Amino acid sequence: MADLTAGQNNSPKGGDTADAVRASLARRNRKQKILQGLGLGAIGFAFLMLFILVASLVSSGYQAFTQTKITLEVYVDPEEIEPEKLPRGGFKDVLQASLSELLPEVDTSDRATRKALSGILSNGAQFDLRDRVVADPALIGQTITMTVPVSDPYDQLNKGTIDRDTPEQNRRLNDAEIAWFDQLKAEGVISKPLNTGLVTNADSRFPELAGLKGALIGSFWALFVCFVISFPLGIGAAIYLEEFAPKNKVSDFIEVNINNLAAVPSVVFGLLALAVFIGWFGLPRSAPFVGGMTLALMTMPTIIIATRAALKAVPPSIREAALGIGASKHQVVFGHVLPLAMPGILTGTIIGLAQALGETAPLLLIGMNAFITSAPAGPFDSATALPTQIFIWADSPERGFVSRTSAAILVLLGFLVTMNAIAIYLRNKFERSW
Amino acid sequence: MMNDMSKIEPSTAVDAIKIQAKGVQVFYGDNQAIKDVSVDILDKTVTAFIGPSGCGKSTFLRCLNRMNDTIDVCRVEGDIRIDNEDIYDKRIDPVQLRAKVGMVFQKPNPFPKSIYDNVAYGPRIHGLARTKADLDEIVEKSLRRGAIWDEVKDRLHEPGTGLSGGQQQRLCIARAVATEPEVLLMDEPCSALDPIATAQVEELIDELKLNFSVVIVTHSMQQAARVSQKTAFFHLGSLVEYGDTGHIFTNPEDPRTESYITGRIG
Repeated sequence: MADLTAGQNNSPKGGDTADAVRASLARRNRKQKILQGLGLGAIGFAFLMLFILVASLVSSGYQAFTQTKITLEVYVDPEEIEPEKLPRGGFKDVLQASLSELLPEVDTSDRATRKALSGILSNGAQFDLRDRVVADPALIGQTITMTVPVSDPYDQLNKGTIDRDTPEQNRRLNDAEIAWFDQLKAEGVISKPLNTGLVTNADSRFPELAGLKGALIGSFWALFVCFVISFPLGIGAAIYLEEFAPKNKVSDFIEVNINNLAAVPSVVFGLLALAVFIGWFGLPRSAPFVGGMTLALMTMPTIIIATRAALKAVPPSIREAALGIGASKHQVVFGHVLPLAMPGILTGTIIGLAQALGETAPLLLIGMNAFITSAPAGPFDSATALPTQIFIWADSPERGFVSRTSAAILVLLGFLVTMNAIAIYLRNKFERSW
Repeated sequence: MMNDMSKIEPSTAVDAIKIQAKGVQVFYGDNQAIKDVSVDILDKTVTAFIGPSGCGKSTFLRCLNRMNDTIDVCRVEGDIRIDNEDIYDKRIDPVQLRAKVGMVFQKPNPFPKSIYDNVAYGPRIHGLARTKADLDEIVEKSLRRGAIWDEVKDRLHEPGTGLSGGQQQRLCIARAVATEPEVLLMDEPCSALDPIATAQVEELIDELKLNFSVVIVTHSMQQAARVSQKTAFFHLGSLVEYGDTGHIFTNPEDPRTESYITGRIG
């Protein structure tokens, strides 16, 4: 280098350097362009994949955000439903009678036809009616207006996923059933409103009734328990390791193992939870409390690592300033270092929790993939979580669950994006320059 | 107590020895950073430590308030006494020592808090103010001593990090004097400042010596000549020469001192 600069000053060699630089310049610039191109290509590829993912989810999931419903004028026949026998009664027959009124030409003397006719309505319709009558027995003998979901095949027909040109024997609805539905539609009793049941109903065997309420509440409790356990423990461990622990072989060993812990496959934590929490401690299966503890095992290393990084990032000048005034070690840590590290800690925690929200394998092992038709009232009730609910629905054969699976994935992704957005917001808001 | 007495009779206390170091050795792991340094630092005097980079002057300064304790591999041997009390004695808590020996760092390092809270921090943690009015008074007095009161009195509750570099450094000095230390250590306090801010800080150091024993590490020989009464020249971890500033600069005894001062090593 010294020779080069010296050469530049001494005229005979100066031209050589300039020529050499000029000759290599094109090659160097080309290399840079190639590198930039590769980088842009990689980003483009990532965006393309993201776009394909979201597009496929939306295209198969958007149908689940609406639900075909039918509006019926139901005469609550006192002969079928007797007040003294409630909650038992012929609710299904009553509903079928009101359908028959809309489709008068259908001959209902035949049992099979009656069954087929009832099949237009969701199986949940009779329970809706029952609940209304039980709540207000005065309805018996009156005519009430009800809007109830239609069953899954008709829902699919209305949404266009059943092809009318398919040969009849390969179709889930025969020609007569399609004709009924078309007639009902012509009479204007069919509607397709927003599917609020997707978040207000718990799981069901019938896709038109199945919703995410149980999974949402289960996930909430699991995350809550996970946060309450992993946040204080994780921060405490990180503060001790980073600020107070002597730097020796033991602390090195602990550090290596915490990093290892963060890389342990999640299914292993599930097995551990199954053996320890459920096997030894006898905690209930399928409970969000156990799920939360399991997720806490996984989230804690993430929080410890994030917290240590955040503590390390606090400039030493701040520590020195406080120490120089005569602050004790804990005053330095809790008065100065921790507040400055908080944005980083919170960001790490939220990202750890977002990871926990999407975690499936450990929850499967502790039984949070059970079929549970009511939302949990507390963290000790059986429940599912969002990812395990997706797992269950993805396994179900009914056509309606295909779109519901995608819709549930969209809901889960929505939560993840929101949590990450909060993390970014917090980081930007509290980021300081010093 | 010492401090109070000397305040009454500043003139007679000028030659009193405040810090006495004998045979101080400092090791970073296996490296010896300070070799057998013995020096007596006087009360109510500005003592400058000069020397080339890496000569150990900052390391030695940081022994005086045990800031080196925070470095795991650092080991200090020898005897350092302040007011004839061994500061490395097991019974001495570094917290107690640092309340008595304040420090100002090379880079201005105000806390990311308000100007008021920056200055009030020390008195608060040491419990020096009983009431809010007491604290207000300490803050005002310290900011006046830091020669920054007039510039910040209308914005005491704005963040200290929003001040200019020179103002931040004077704020840090105000923060250091707020706990009424007896010794003030300054580790190249002007190296991050422009000449105007440097002049302000130097003027301030001149006033501070009325109340404190000031020890300043500096790279600038002009600065040492301007502000100090005593100068110590460090080279490769040893104290080469220590004496009156005027004497060191005009008539150095050691050839290494002379080479450094005339710019031949460094």
